[in-house]
Amino acid sequence: MTRFLAITRTEMLILRRNRWLLVATLIMVLFALALTFAGSAPTGTLGVDMLTVSVASMTTLSVYLAPLLALMISFDAIAGDVDRGSLSLLLSYPAGRGEILLGKFTAHLAALAFAMTVGFGTAGAVAAFFGGAGAESLIALTRLILTSILLGAVFLALGYLLSALAKGATAAAGLSAGLWLVFVVLYDLGLLGAVVMDKGGSFTQSVFPWVMVANPADAFRLWNIAATEGVAMASGMTGAAQALPFWAAPASLLIWPVLAFALARLAFRRVEP
Amino acid sequence: MTDKALTIDQVCKDRGKTRVLDDITLSLAPGQRVALLGHNGAGKSTLIKSILGLTPIHGGAIRIGDVAPGTAQARRKTAYLPEAVSFHPALTGREQLTLFAQLSGAQADVPGLLERVGLSDALDRRIGAYSKGMRQRLGLAQVLLGQPKVALLDEPTSGLDPISRQDLYAIIDELAGQGTAVLIASHALTEVEARTDRIAIMRKGRMVADDTLTNLSALAGLPIRLKVRASTNPDALAAELGGNRINGASVELLCSPEDKMEALRRIAGLGDAVADVEMTPPKLEDLYRHYAQEGSR
Repeated sequence: MTRFLAITRTEMLILRRNRWLLVATLIMVLFALALTFAGSAPTGTLGVDMLTVSVASMTTLSVYLAPLLALMISFDAIAGDVDRGSLSLLLSYPAGRGEILLGKFTAHLAALAFAMTVGFGTAGAVAAFFGGAGAESLIALTRLILTSILLGAVFLALGYLLSALAKGATAAAGLSAGLWLVFVVLYDLGLLGAVVMDKGGSFTQSVFPWVMVANPADAFRLWNIAATEGVAMASGMTGAAQALPFWAAPASLLIWPVLAFALARLAFRRVEP
Repeated sequence: MTDKALTIDQVCKDRGKTRVLDDITLSLAPGQRVALLGHNGAGKSTLIKSILGLTPIHGGAIRIGDVAPGTAQARRKTAYLPEAVSFHPALTGREQLTLFAQLSGAQADVPGLLERVGLSDALDRRIGAYSKGMRQRLGLAQVLLGQPKVALLDEPTSGLDPISRQDLYAIIDELAGQGTAVLIASHALTEVEARTDRIAIMRKGRMVADDTLTNLSALAGLPIRLKVRASTNPDALAAELGGNRINGASVELLCSPEDKMEALRRIAGLGDAVADVEMTPPKLEDLYRHYAQEGSR
């Protein structure tokens, strides 16, 4: 039962040792601070406090950064061990494949949660100190941190899936870059194109919001925006959020990690070291 | 119940259209050391991975004691040293071995095991800074965890210097002494010759030999080489014995094991004409060539 914890401990050690944790946390802190200061201009015009604006900017940041950081750790998780020849040895021990995957996931998610909390937390504290914060904006910040961790979990699991399917760590890295591009950039571009073609027809009215929320990155964005009026105003994205029931985005973001992990587990079963 | 530590019975495995394991039968008793020889691609590593349950088989059966490969029970009973093993470079030897100990569920004296394989100096150094031989030793240390019933060593001597090889075989003897059946896939024929109880030879997925060295020699009927040094006239000696003249003063004779004593008596009968006799029984290398390369088998 405690075998997956042994894997978790070792993976945490590796993340600390190879400086991944330090670098990821630094990236988060720097980007979050930069956006908080750069995005503080519209505070007066919108009549919201600085933390709210900061959360809106950081939401946009997290859509790009959380999947990227998650994929950066997870692409190597299975393919790297196959390349090193250490997976066959690991699998010759009594720990099952599910335990191995769960152990890695726990460690990687903890590292990601640490980087997110420190990064957004620092920026949030700075924004609150300089521009004030209310109860609502503090809740928005907490929501941002928690949903960012969920979004990270989705892409950790998707990274394992690719890592199990790829023919080596290099191929897994390439696939991960492609996956990131599709989910974070191309998906939205495609939807935008479809909406423009549709010219406000039935697709835009009824199908588009659901297709959008099916993408975990967009679900993350919608959840954060729809939940706080101030954030929605600051980000200028209210239309899509209003077209959906309140549970759509949270449901998508909660189902995705489970689904992706199950897929990764299935793919890992078929890996022959 | 079976008294065998490992039973492999008529195992077949296909990879695409090629049959990579073809009707393999082999069994190991507790404490037995068996060398598994064969060219690259003969199927040695595939057989080992089948025993570990890491790759499926398409016919026959494998049992570790009484349990099927790949089950939790079987994995608790087996130890494995992969070919050219590697570990995460960021971990230290101690951390890596601690992980394996926790996974195996065995109470282990990690520093003691690392000292046993000669890594006590490198205990807290990162594996990234280890040499190939040191990684191999670390791999060997994890084999010693938890007193396995079956140990599968894939090319354990690759990358080891001669002294380390001696240590390795001492550790293998120790394992066998505590009742572990040891299967050693190897290329290092001369070492295996002296250090194993039985020799199995694979060729293109088939088991072409499985016996003790003595029996294999007899079966193969390889000749014994007699080198007779003449005291004065090698040409006369060659004519008398009917062998080939070699390097000036000597005559070389080849004879079957049955004719060996007869040949020796004839040489002894020549009296002063013979200065010295040297007898070389067939080496494992000759045997290996006989079994692993013979096209007609």
